[in-house]
Amino acid sequence: MADNTFMLEIVTPEKILFKDEVEFMVAPAVDGEIGVMRNHAPLVAALKIGVLRYKDSKGSEKRVAVSGGFMEIIDNTGRILAETAELGEHIDVLRAKAARERAERRLAQRDETINAIRAEQALKRAIARIRAAGAE
Amino acid sequence: MAGAGIREYKRRIRSVKNTQQITKAMKMVSAAKLRRAQEAAEASRPYTETLQGTLARLAGVAYDVKHPLLEKREEVRKVGYVVITADRGLCGGYNSNLIRATVTAVEEDERNLETGIVAVGRKARDYYRKRGGLDAEFVNLGDKISYADAREIGQFIMNSYENEEVDEVYVVYAKFINVLRQVPTIVKLLPIETPTAEQTEGQHLIDYIYEPSAEEILLTLLPRYVGSLIYNAMLEGKASEHGARMTAMGNATDNAGEIIESLTLAMNKARQAAITDEILDIVGGAEALNKGGK
Repeated sequence: MADNTFMLEIVTPEKILFKDEVEFMVAPAVDGEIGVMRNHAPLVAALKIGVLRYKDSKGSEKRVAVSGGFMEIIDNTGRILAETAELGEHIDVLRAKAARERAERRLAQRDETINAIRAEQALKRAIARIRAAGAE
Repeated sequence: MAGAGIREYKRRIRSVKNTQQITKAMKMVSAAKLRRAQEAAEASRPYTETLQGTLARLAGVAYDVKHPLLEKREEVRKVGYVVITADRGLCGGYNSNLIRATVTAVEEDERNLETGIVAVGRKARDYYRKRGGLDAEFVNLGDKISYADAREIGQFIMNSYENEEVDEVYVVYAKFINVLRQVPTIVKLLPIETPTAEQTEGQHLIDYIYEPSAEEILLTLLPRYVGSLIYNAMLEGKASEHGARMTAMGNATDNAGEIIESLTLAMNKARQAAITDEILDIVGGAEALNKGGK
């Protein structure tokens, strides 16, 4: 392990999305973003729907859309647990934009038949995916 | 007529051979799907284990936190069962064992309460649709279990729990031991019994920073924990289903082999009998001619 990196694992119920050494990471915690570098104190933080960034060992910055969850940091290992997580470069931007429009339309209707909370969550997820993909 | 008998045997052997080819193919397909199901179960382990570890630690720190999913009801009126079966049959006793386990659990509950069934898989739904007591159904989910499905099921039971439509919820699924053995298992889902710290090797001694607070993280974790319990039960169930089908189809293939063997033996006997008959005819005819010629 290089002396300025730590282990980052992004884990979803279906698979381990990412597991490698990174130089730094910024995670979307509920009270604002939390940046993590090597030798961080043990931490457990709740995450919101948003974009997680990290710089891999080759120095290139990656973005991941996460749908909330939490992260745990201990002994230079950071673990992100999210119900879904997608690497920005794998995201279908057109689909994400379509999802955003759909969610916006639903929210605009504001009638009894739609679940506003669910629509809002869908909107947040779509926005996070678009941002993670680097579009807009 | 002896010739027709042979033809009949041939027809039956052909028919059994066709069946054998189908069962053999089904066995191989199940073997491949079993491997995939086991890989999926393996892939879900890091998530589940971390979630459980963190939950246990948080429960140790935030022991006075209040959440409806943690609260044990004083008066239990209705018990819910999430029954995870297959969509299809031809897998030995897999489905009926699960349904029987549920029925037994309901009968053995001495409180004699109302029960509600959430059927996952067509077989459980068909059974409880006929018998009554079906609260919800999730069918045709396919061979690839997705976490989104598990989450939806979890959402449904958590809603009915919070609305006090049910006061306790269990999940019934088949635990995968090996290809020959799948054990129907019943696990309590709600109210949540948090894993105790002893189960997680005393990691709770580490002094974590909690952001925003241990209580709040615990609250966001609980629904995810229920989702992961259901997801794991579904994955185990899927592996068990394919294991059971593999065994059942293996047995069927062997049985077909035995039937073919005994039919072939009977056919050969019949053919030899026919040949003997013909020889006797010819010999008899020749004898008669010889006698007439003298």
